[in-house]
Amino acid sequence: MVDFVTGLRCRECQRAFPAEALHVCDYCFGPLEVAYDYERIAGAVSRQRIEAGPRSIWRYADLLPVHDEAPVDLGAGFTPLVRADRLAAELGLGELWIKDDTANPTGSFKDRVVSVALTKARQLGFKVAACASTGNLANSVAAHAARAGLESVVLIPHDLEDAKVTMTAVYGGKVIAVEGTYDDVNRLCAELTSERPTWAFVNVNVRTYYAEGSKTLAFEIAEQLGWRAPDHVVVPIGSGSQLTKVAKGFSELGKVGLLPEEPAVRISGAQAEGCSPVATAFLEGTDAIRPVKPRTIAKSLAIGNPADGWYALEVMRRSGGSCAAVTDDEVVEAIGLLARTEGIFAETAGGVTIATLARLAASGAVRRDERVVALVTGHGLKTVEALRGTPGSGPTATIAPTLAAFDAAVDFDHDTTIHEEPAR
Amino acid sequence: MSLTIRIPTQLRTLTGGAGEVQVEGATVGDALKALDSTHAGFADRLFDESGNLRRFVNVFLADEDVRFLDGLSTPVEDGQTLSIVPAVAGG
Repeated sequence: MVDFVTGLRCRECQRAFPAEALHVCDYCFGPLEVAYDYERIAGAVSRQRIEAGPRSIWRYADLLPVHDEAPVDLGAGFTPLVRADRLAAELGLGELWIKDDTANPTGSFKDRVVSVALTKARQLGFKVAACASTGNLANSVAAHAARAGLESVVLIPHDLEDAKVTMTAVYGGKVIAVEGTYDDVNRLCAELTSERPTWAFVNVNVRTYYAEGSKTLAFEIAEQLGWRAPDHVVVPIGSGSQLTKVAKGFSELGKVGLLPEEPAVRISGAQAEGCSPVATAFLEGTDAIRPVKPRTIAKSLAIGNPADGWYALEVMRRSGGSCAAVTDDEVVEAIGLLARTEGIFAETAGGVTIATLARLAASGAVRRDERVVALVTGHGLKTVEALRGTPGSGPTATIAPTLAAFDAAVDFDHDTTIHEEPAR
Repeated sequence: MSLTIRIPTQLRTLTGGAGEVQVEGATVGDALKALDSTHAGFADRLFDESGNLRRFVNVFLADEDVRFLDGLSTPVEDGQTLSIVPAVAGG
């Protein structure tokens, strides 16, 4: 299949490169961006063509950097967009939607980017899939590599949640725990890429293609809203890549005629206080992002030196969005709030998003008259440790198996007549 | 001080393909300038107009980001390794 990619281009100095396994400009080290022929895409794509496609990210193949008759695919994408009226009422908002990416095959949005990255990597001839990960990416790379019959080597910080380690190791690849933070792991992988040029590090040498997978979040949101853009989207920030690609996705829908014009979508960012280099720069009104040493329960966002931080700042400012950083206590509270009101169990990153949404709603930065979408990007089963010992995280009561014990423990004031003991 | 500088793939055209170069210098900045004097072209790639590290260039001394240390003024010890690494990775 023919794709619509014209090549790669440096975001900083605009030098052009061929569509190979390159991720940074070899002149200025700026990130490379996939360049498309939007006129040709506009001629090929249509809402009907997309709606007739698979119920996965691959329905948007015309807008992705790789085409393949049989992509490396576990069914990523086309996750539910859920109207969240009960949560909206709690937060004083009007039309609120949750993009529920917990429903992806390995439980996070990373399946979107990995499916794209490994499809491209396989076409480029790579036999080994690798990555630096805070956990979700590790799960997804190991699973997709298994699916594609590729070897996998994933590198993670040594202190990840148990579930994320098990959910990676089970697929049979190599899992290397590194004594250090994610930023140490990332630096090691960036160096390994030079020494292992035959390995596809999805978020290093294949990152240019990988990152494009996040655009599908914007495509799906618009399609699921009936081909309308939202007014405001709240996105968690780790590296900042997802946020910038969501913005790119909405813009492309206008460029290729799937929306009547490029929509004005405000994009706001969410970080945890214990790792908030982007939120800090946003609130200080500076472009200088100072790296930090992360300390937060939101480990999937614990990137102290965010590669796309500048671009995330630029998108938030240009779009009229906002940014906030929330405490770990607020994260735990928000996980519970989302679960109680909407029946969605988010990992800590989702708690960061919902807690930030609550902050921005309270400050008026997210308005009641806006159509708002919050991205919940990973499943709560991955980070149950974060809730252990907090109120509401265990049994309501532990009782002997008798009716008397049950009645003593459970007092439903609205429901006392259903069970009545017969007279003896 | 004698130290080893690790060169990423993207800059190995300047070193004839070598992944490591030995240089002398008392600080991180000195060492990188020494690298440029033996392998012309590095300064242009690593530094912006005001002489600071370009924003997409990370430099690690003994595996620590020099921005957590004293940047280009960070003193180096004999035998240490300095790594030049593209910043755009991960996430």
